[in-house]
Amino acid sequence: VAGAGGGGCPAGGNDFQWCFSQVKGAIDEDVAEADIISTVEFNYSGDLLATGDKGGRVVIFQREQENKSRPHSRGEYNVYSTFQSHEPEFDYLKSLEIEEKINKIRWLPQQNAAHFLLSTNDKTIKLWKISERDKRAEGYNLKDEDGRLRDPFRVTALRVPILKPMDLMVEASPRRIFANAHTYHINSISVNSDHETYLSADDLRINLWHLEITDRSFNIVDIKPANMEELTEVITAAEFHPHQCNVLVYSSSKGTVRLCDMRSSALCDRHSKFFEEPEDPSSRSFFSEIISSISDVKFSHSGRYMMTRDYLSVKVWDLNMESRPVETHQVHEYLRSKLCSLYENDCIFDKFECCWNGSDSAIMTGSYNNFFRMFDRNARRDVTLEASRENSKPRASLKPRKVCTGGKRKKDEISVDSLDFNKKILHTAWHPLENIIAVAATNNLYIFQDKIN
Amino acid sequence: MSQKQDEENPAEETGEEKQDTQEKEGILPERAEEAKLKAKYPSLGQKPGGSDFLMKRLQKGQKYFDSGDYNMAKAKMKNKQLPSTGPDKNLVTGDHIPTPQDLPQRKSSLVTSKLAGLFSEEIFIIPPLHFDIQGLGMLAA
Repeated sequence: VAGAGGGGCPAGGNDFQWCFSQVKGAIDEDVAEADIISTVEFNYSGDLLATGDKGGRVVIFQREQENKSRPHSRGEYNVYSTFQSHEPEFDYLKSLEIEEKINKIRWLPQQNAAHFLLSTNDKTIKLWKISERDKRAEGYNLKDEDGRLRDPFRVTALRVPILKPMDLMVEASPRRIFANAHTYHINSISVNSDHETYLSADDLRINLWHLEITDRSFNIVDIKPANMEELTEVITAAEFHPHQCNVLVYSSSKGTVRLCDMRSSALCDRHSKFFEEPEDPSSRSFFSEIISSISDVKFSHSGRYMMTRDYLSVKVWDLNMESRPVETHQVHEYLRSKLCSLYENDCIFDKFECCWNGSDSAIMTGSYNNFFRMFDRNARRDVTLEASRENSKPRASLKPRKVCTGGKRKKDEISVDSLDFNKKILHTAWHPLENIIAVAATNNLYIFQDKIN
Repeated sequence: MSQKQDEENPAEETGEEKQDTQEKEGILPERAEEAKLKAKYPSLGQKPGGSDFLMKRLQKGQKYFDSGDYNMAKAKMKNKQLPSTGPDKNLVTGDHIPTPQDLPQRKSSLVTSKLAGLFSEEIFIIPPLHFDIQGLGMLAA
């Protein structure tokens, strides 16, 4: 039920009833580094779901059409295509290892039968074309059926080759390679609403590309100081506005967001808007700046709001108000009393992403112990859910989870000290139209659906 | 380095904090954590930000192998064994010149992702013995 309201909600409100649908990946206890999922993204229709991993591979799942003879497989995602997007490289000049890990995948809006996506590692962005082939030409004059060339002198009659159906083959081919434009590590790519250009952002610079042109890129933001000793912040994420093709935002490690208008000047070093929540100076600690670092920024589908994710919270900002967010949602406030050990084991630097649902009425982000959090903005309710093999019976409802902070632990609650910090959910995605979510738990991909569907 | 002189003694700060416990309940745990960290690592700078910290972040993935250094070291050593890099192969200082043998082998991932594996759906129903034909390459490595 894909209504404009985003998922058949009854008159009373947006009451989600999430159920397990599918899980992809192996149940190895020993997870190979290459299998760790590093990005998840639905395409514009939600029919395709792409994942990228640390091994440089992309796997695309396609939603099955509803089939009356197999009602249980309605809306299931199955493998559509898989390919090696990036390979490990070594930059001999700088003695730098270039990881093949896919940092981001972004789909292009569909314009013909083929599907296009951009995938990027730390240094190189690639445009991939995924196309179907279900016909094959037969009856060539100069070739045998098995491909061997015929002796032209033996050809006595001519025939017109005919197209015959064949088993569906999905091919992925790299159509453009956008390389050598980033000195630092690429953290974001974003396709513009003009469908012709896109941006790529690294720690210090943002570049603008045309999808057709690989040998030229325009630098639009450069925050590299003349003297690197004066470096105080880095770019952590960037995104184009969903409707205004001249507007982009980028977030920083200091917890600020700058909105830039490309019409104002060619180099957008001067922001048009500056979003920062004032900090209470008396509450400042060693950890303040680290936990304020924004790991993800996402515009709402409406284009009116944007959301930022820092270590402990998710904030919703009205683009018309720079002074403070309109909403702040605590993701795992109980970790504030664990910051010392989280700094020691580097977890404090984990980069969590966040996402909106199709109607912008709910937001989702991940946490530790394979927990993920969902905030219903209208009903002002939030819930903690878990992606685990234990709750993996088909169509089983997900039970809300609760972390206990105080002394007395109730039954079914889990104490902060028992949380597994190696089980991080950094990447989640929400179907653009329906209540279907994809949650990446290390090397497994979980798909949950709303029961009302 | 100049930042150290600016900040007050953290122990004093927590002392003041305790008076304001009721109003600033949420801040106390963070400050307590800070004190814990400083106790463990007294040489830690006052501010975690700053160019050193950020520059380290910008340079992730640096691996040094300089063929010039390598050949010089080899020439110097002549008959002696070249010093190995020790347990942390990524840290190279002083006389520890990494040799090609010391650098961890680059594994190219030509194996199909397990997400696209044939039996990834049925695994949770069949008892734990999974067939991963595509993954055999990795097992053999």
